[in-house]
Amino acid sequence: MNRSPTLPEDDLQPVAGGGLLDRRMFLRHGVALGGAGLGFLAFDVGGADLPLWMKTPGGPLTHYGQPSPFEKEAIRFLSANTQAPGHGVSWTPLHRLEGTITPNGLHFERHHNGVPTIHPEQHRLRLHGLFSKPIQLSLEQLLRYPMISRQCFVECGGNSHAGWHEEPIQTPVGYFHGLASSSEWTGIPLSILLDEAGLQPEARWLVAEGADAGAMNVSIPIEKALDDTLLALYQNGERIRPEQGYPMRLILPGFEAVLNVKWLQRLQAVKEPLMSRNETAKYTELEPSGKARQFTFVMEAKSIITQPSPGFQLKGPGLYQISGLAWSGRGTIRRVEVSADGGRSWAPAALQEPLLSKCFTRFRLPWRWDGAPLILKSRAIDDTGYQQPERSTLIAERGQRGYFHYNAIVAFAVESDGSLRHVYA
Amino acid sequence: MSMPSPSSRPRSGLRLLLTGSLFIGGIIPLWATLEAAPEGPKLGVSMPQESIRDLDISVFPDGTGLPQGKGTAVEGKTQFEALCTGCHGVKGSGGSAEELVGRSPLNGARPDQTVGNYWPYATTIFDYIRRAMPLNAPLSLSYDQVYALTAYLLYLNGIVTDTEEMNAITLKAVQMPNRDGFYSVWGNGGH
Repeated sequence: MNRSPTLPEDDLQPVAGGGLLDRRMFLRHGVALGGAGLGFLAFDVGGADLPLWMKTPGGPLTHYGQPSPFEKEAIRFLSANTQAPGHGVSWTPLHRLEGTITPNGLHFERHHNGVPTIHPEQHRLRLHGLFSKPIQLSLEQLLRYPMISRQCFVECGGNSHAGWHEEPIQTPVGYFHGLASSSEWTGIPLSILLDEAGLQPEARWLVAEGADAGAMNVSIPIEKALDDTLLALYQNGERIRPEQGYPMRLILPGFEAVLNVKWLQRLQAVKEPLMSRNETAKYTELEPSGKARQFTFVMEAKSIITQPSPGFQLKGPGLYQISGLAWSGRGTIRRVEVSADGGRSWAPAALQEPLLSKCFTRFRLPWRWDGAPLILKSRAIDDTGYQQPERSTLIAERGQRGYFHYNAIVAFAVESDGSLRHVYA
Repeated sequence: MSMPSPSSRPRSGLRLLLTGSLFIGGIIPLWATLEAAPEGPKLGVSMPQESIRDLDISVFPDGTGLPQGKGTAVEGKTQFEALCTGCHGVKGSGGSAEELVGRSPLNGARPDQTVGNYWPYATTIFDYIRRAMPLNAPLSLSYDQVYALTAYLLYLNGIVTDTEEMNAITLKAVQMPNRDGFYSVWGNGGH
């Protein structure tokens, strides 16, 4: 093993239990650490000769690029009703991604009855109800409106719901917490369209409806619609894909995804909410008292370590980088702390800039594992001061039957053989 | 996050005020400049409220949007057995899809959350069946069929009798057992 001889001893002094190191260490040493024994054999270059792909011409140009054929495991995991394959979810493989942008083909999906194939010229957006001038708009017309871009997460209210289970689920992180994705969305501030149609002062809600086979509908509070809601037409630079709502969808930064209606075709301004299935029977949280929380729109702060994580194996003691994601529907992530001793001590992680409101924030922290079993955790604090709760705290507040809005601290046990498993600790 | 009062919306009214200021004194108040939304090209095609009637399939708890039509549980049973049991099971229970029937107390141990013990409004049943069911052919049912299926689900949950007619008047009057089972987090400090 090629251990770096150049690291000052100070940098290898743990700042918290379990071998957590100073978050600035990697930044200070940069590439010098690249070959510094990240648990792998540094002299293995894959072969003694120049590789074959340097000796024959490569493949042709393509109209639309695809991932490397060697990255076949970076895929969405599907959970659908076998009798209705369009009714279900697919999970973003967060454990196989880095940075903060989710590739469009890996953005999670939730469809209530399949992905519609919508002809853009035949699609109309209609605004009616409590408007002085109800209007309809074609996509061609909408493309002439002023647009803005913003990066934000979209998270299903049911993300991480296995956390309510009695036994910790053993599955890769993305297939537990990957009903959350993050993109740069470009579109028209919805307030421009509400203004044009003459939104009346007594309107308190907008009933949004999709053009899918099920006409998915939900009520949106007018304060949010006038605040930062976007009618999105582009995702990460390209037109929104069919499974994300082509040709247009709502983006309500920080709100549970069900309100971010895809394939949007109708906005009806009203005084009282519709009380649709998706705001009564679903996306409400039953508490032990028998009462249920309703209109729980904001996705509270959450953090997940994505590397190392269950399904991967540490290759022996040595220096590693802990990497993960944090986000909050209330605002900007101010701080992420990591523990490698089950929560007895915590070290602040480095947060990747820019820090964006209601957006995935990447955190990283160097860690020297001595090979002993331990418990890894992370916790997020946002700029409202809200701190991600321990699981026991969340359950004491809500019980375990709410299904939605699980955001408790996640713990992984690292075993002496380098394997990881999800634990409640 | 604040809950702006309707009068604080920096929209049409503001722009009118802005125009007025320009006209009168040529002075634009700073706050108005900061709050004004970007101007759109206003390409929306005016659409009379009547023209959307056939497209508006929203049904509200006060009955707004309920169409003409009627049905009873007796009629609904026939529809249900033909269209719904494949996923929802005989009598709305034991299928691969949602449990639709049951009146277990919600504060008990892991109760199914059904139409009978959980759904707060009967109008939601109509709204949802009409727009989304059956999965293989949504929007294919007649209004009478939707009323009949709604009546049947209410009957299976012990909320109406098998001969009680559900229509635009009677459906909105149905009191669901869990009508008061929810509290809103929005607007109550939860945001």
